[in-house]
Amino acid sequence: MTALSAYIHVPFCAVRCGYCDFNTYTNAELGGGGSQAEYADNAMAEMDLTLAADRAAGYEYVEISTVFFGGGTPTLLPADDLVRMLDHLRSLVPLAPGAEVTTEANPDSVTRASLSRLADGGITRVSIGMQSAVPSVLATLDRTHDPERVPQVVQWAKEAGLQVSLDLIYGTPGETLADVETSVRAALACEVDHLSAYSLIIEGNTAMARQLRRGELEAPDPDDMADKYELVDDLAAAAGLSWYEVSNWARTPEHRSRHNLAYWRGGDWWGIGPGAHRHRDGLRAWNVKHPSRYARMLATGELPVADSEQVAAEDRLVERIMLELRIADGLSVDVVPAERRDMLAIHRDRGHLDPEALTAGRAVLTREGRLLADAVIRDLVP
Amino acid sequence: MPVTPRIAADEALDIQPASTPQERLRNFCIIAHIDHGKSTLADRMLQITGIVEERAMRAQYLDRMDIERERGITVKSQAVRMPWQVDGVDYALNMIDTPGHVDFTYEVSRSLAACEGAILLVDAAQGIEAQTLANLYLAMEHDLTIIPVLNKIDLPGAEPEKYAAEIGQLVGVDPEEVLRVSGKTGVGVPELLDHVVRTLPAPEGQVEAPCRAMIFDSVYDTYRGVVTYVRVVDGFLRSRDRIDMMSTGAHHELLEIGVSSPEPHPTQGIGPGEVGYLITGVKDVRQSKVGDTITTSVRGAEEPLAGYADPKPMVYSGLFPIDGSDYPILRDALDKLKLNDAALVYEPETSTALGFGFRVGFLGLLHLEIVRERLEREFDLDLISTAPSVVYDVVMEDGTEVEVLNPSDFPEGKVHSIAEPVARATILVPSEFIGAVMELCQSKRGNLGGMDYLSEDRVELRYTLPLAEIVFDFFDQLKSKTRGYASLDYDVSGSQTADLVKVDILLQGEPVDAFSAIVHRDKAYSYGVDMSGKLKNLIPRQQFEVPIQAAIGSRIIARENIRAMRKDVLSKCYGGDISRKRKLLEKQKEGKKRMKNIGSVEVPQEAFIAALSSDAAEPSKDEKKKK
Repeated sequence: MTALSAYIHVPFCAVRCGYCDFNTYTNAELGGGGSQAEYADNAMAEMDLTLAADRAAGYEYVEISTVFFGGGTPTLLPADDLVRMLDHLRSLVPLAPGAEVTTEANPDSVTRASLSRLADGGITRVSIGMQSAVPSVLATLDRTHDPERVPQVVQWAKEAGLQVSLDLIYGTPGETLADVETSVRAALACEVDHLSAYSLIIEGNTAMARQLRRGELEAPDPDDMADKYELVDDLAAAAGLSWYEVSNWARTPEHRSRHNLAYWRGGDWWGIGPGAHRHRDGLRAWNVKHPSRYARMLATGELPVADSEQVAAEDRLVERIMLELRIADGLSVDVVPAERRDMLAIHRDRGHLDPEALTAGRAVLTREGRLLADAVIRDLVP
Repeated sequence: MPVTPRIAADEALDIQPASTPQERLRNFCIIAHIDHGKSTLADRMLQITGIVEERAMRAQYLDRMDIERERGITVKSQAVRMPWQVDGVDYALNMIDTPGHVDFTYEVSRSLAACEGAILLVDAAQGIEAQTLANLYLAMEHDLTIIPVLNKIDLPGAEPEKYAAEIGQLVGVDPEEVLRVSGKTGVGVPELLDHVVRTLPAPEGQVEAPCRAMIFDSVYDTYRGVVTYVRVVDGFLRSRDRIDMMSTGAHHELLEIGVSSPEPHPTQGIGPGEVGYLITGVKDVRQSKVGDTITTSVRGAEEPLAGYADPKPMVYSGLFPIDGSDYPILRDALDKLKLNDAALVYEPETSTALGFGFRVGFLGLLHLEIVRERLEREFDLDLISTAPSVVYDVVMEDGTEVEVLNPSDFPEGKVHSIAEPVARATILVPSEFIGAVMELCQSKRGNLGGMDYLSEDRVELRYTLPLAEIVFDFFDQLKSKTRGYASLDYDVSGSQTADLVKVDILLQGEPVDAFSAIVHRDKAYSYGVDMSGKLKNLIPRQQFEVPIQAAIGSRIIARENIRAMRKDVLSKCYGGDISRKRKLLEKQKEGKKRMKNIGSVEVPQEAFIAALSSDAAEPSKDEKKKK
């Protein structure tokens, strides 16, 4: 059977950041069994139900190749809770040898001791939300950590034997090109093997969007975003990290996030936790968002699914093109529908697709093309 | 003001239709500017003569169409027969309502031709306006007896002395002879009706001659077909007659003949000097044309009355449905409007930018506005219209002549000369704005024909201007340069050759037909710069750089660049984002389908619409009302 991945969503944060539209809650005491303290037990109950549901549908997984604790802020939970969930998961489906087990972390939600406990408990990789090294930018993003703490945390993680990735956000209102350079250089100075950098997206239902509407913040400019992206890419490349997905860079192929690659390559994964999405062979399902409702459904022995869709064959093709084109391995040109294939040469001539790769039968974005990935995708899907 | 009618309509047995002697008839119209109170005065007359009871009075009874009512414009004239007694003698008065706008000059002239006299109605607070002046001159050319009247004398801002002097001078009477009324309260209206009887000549048709009746209006009615309004000049029309249209020789049965007072009253016939309506069962006003002469099929007249002319469209514009699937609805709607509008002409037009639509010819800008508004309102259509254009006569080097109704049909090849229509314009302004108006007219290639002071501080300026300059944005500019005080009238008269060129707007080398324009060579550059600048701001960035050029033939005269889009990517796409992102992609693709492709450039239709509608060529409705 196919390899399985598991995503475990921890919907708690100490502070909600102004740009964040994720499913997360800052109040640890939620009613109906949805509190932070009861979370691990709830998640484990959901794992049991998920396994039973898969078996009933005829899906049996031999092993789990990647696990990812995301949030929210997973490290807001005691390290023991994360380890307990991981242990329960592997008791249901064994972890593959060398499995990648990542947790997201905020610089101020981990300590030397907690990182060491996580490593001992089977976590192999930590993805740290650094976002920026510039205090004014961090303040606009509502991030509370001291930028000086990041190198320290990276050092502790490395000492504990963890692989480390740093997350950056560029394009925050008020951020200059020089600020981006400062942040990227600070991240690279930590000698990490993996870097993610996202342009700030201001979603409509966030505090930052309201500030934008009131004119308190300046709207992001796409050309400025493009300049910043290119700067990140240049600096990462100079430090020996090359892109392997539009927003991700790694020192070697072994340092790429295998969990995320599973998403992009159409793998199956469990989605555990409030609001989490799962995928099984074209079936996409997502959980109810509120932790209390989530807990109440689990208490009655019901899978806490809000809704699901069986992705039609043509849409699966759309998803495949949309996801595989974003990664450095690119997309086999055979996947592109015949009536769309003439667009490949057009995008090559416009400088969006790598000519050599195309000759070899793969559509691989150039750097210019990465910045216009959605436009290229729209031209290639049926 | 309650006034007892001097005779009840049903008691006036000696002035029945078809048996009223001509000396007991008076036919008149009212010449007035849009908001000077013509309809209110007419309503008051209906009430005072007793043909409409007070409680049945609908404000502005005679203006039937909604648009007219809202804009205060009378588009379609009708005739009302009213009884009135002076010195114990009964008279039948026919009030013929005239269209008030410049675009309908021909219809106005036919209404005037149906009358012996005209009431010149002027707002006592505003004085005479250019269009009223133009219609007054027209009435004088028809040898009509003019009764000058100041209206709204009850208004606080009224200056009756000042304006009585002004119109007294125009009409050639002493200021004391200018009557003063209030259509609103009724003050002075009975005296005005007395004056109509005493001063207007009675009709002098030949009673025994073969019948000749002039059509001065023709209206399509859903239930009855075309209702034709006529003035009988000679002889009689009787309900049993078969009639002929003299311009075409077509025969029609008379299904009904009668008079309006103001509701239709069928009669046995109408006699010399009388005004009435007739119904023949035809379904299209083109079969019953304004200005045509009607005679009886048996013992008919040999010679038609003078003055017949076919309406000629002066301004053309492309009308396109914003939703392409509305095209059949637009076609049906135009077919319906045509039944009631003999001046409306159209043929299908296909535009790369705007899709399928029609090239429509209009009498003028107001006609365009009215038609467009009726299409939108009565047929629930959303439309975009291209910049109005006039008719050019292009002579090629090889001697072939081409009539160009649409700039995108401008012929290729060497042009010998281009002739454009010119208009005689009359502009009335307070004297402080003379300089501003002259400057404007100069910049619009105008030639000053003359200038007269109507009063100490009001001036009449007469210009010859290219019609194309007037239909472009002249009126808006005139209003803004005179703080809204100027009034304008124009009348197309002849043509002139001019140094005109066709300017194309190119997107990445491909012409965008909807933006081609024929302009004077001196204006070509500024048109090109304006239009390319406008499109630069409206067209979204593409994956590649897009040049926007303005060109005369192959010569580029202006250029803008839309820089290539650099970023179009969602930076995060993880497990939970996939469904949402796929749906977003599908939505974007749907949006892409609605784009128009000019070469490889994708342009949302909204961009074309915005570029056309932000055009200064369309005066806003508020401004038009003030006119």
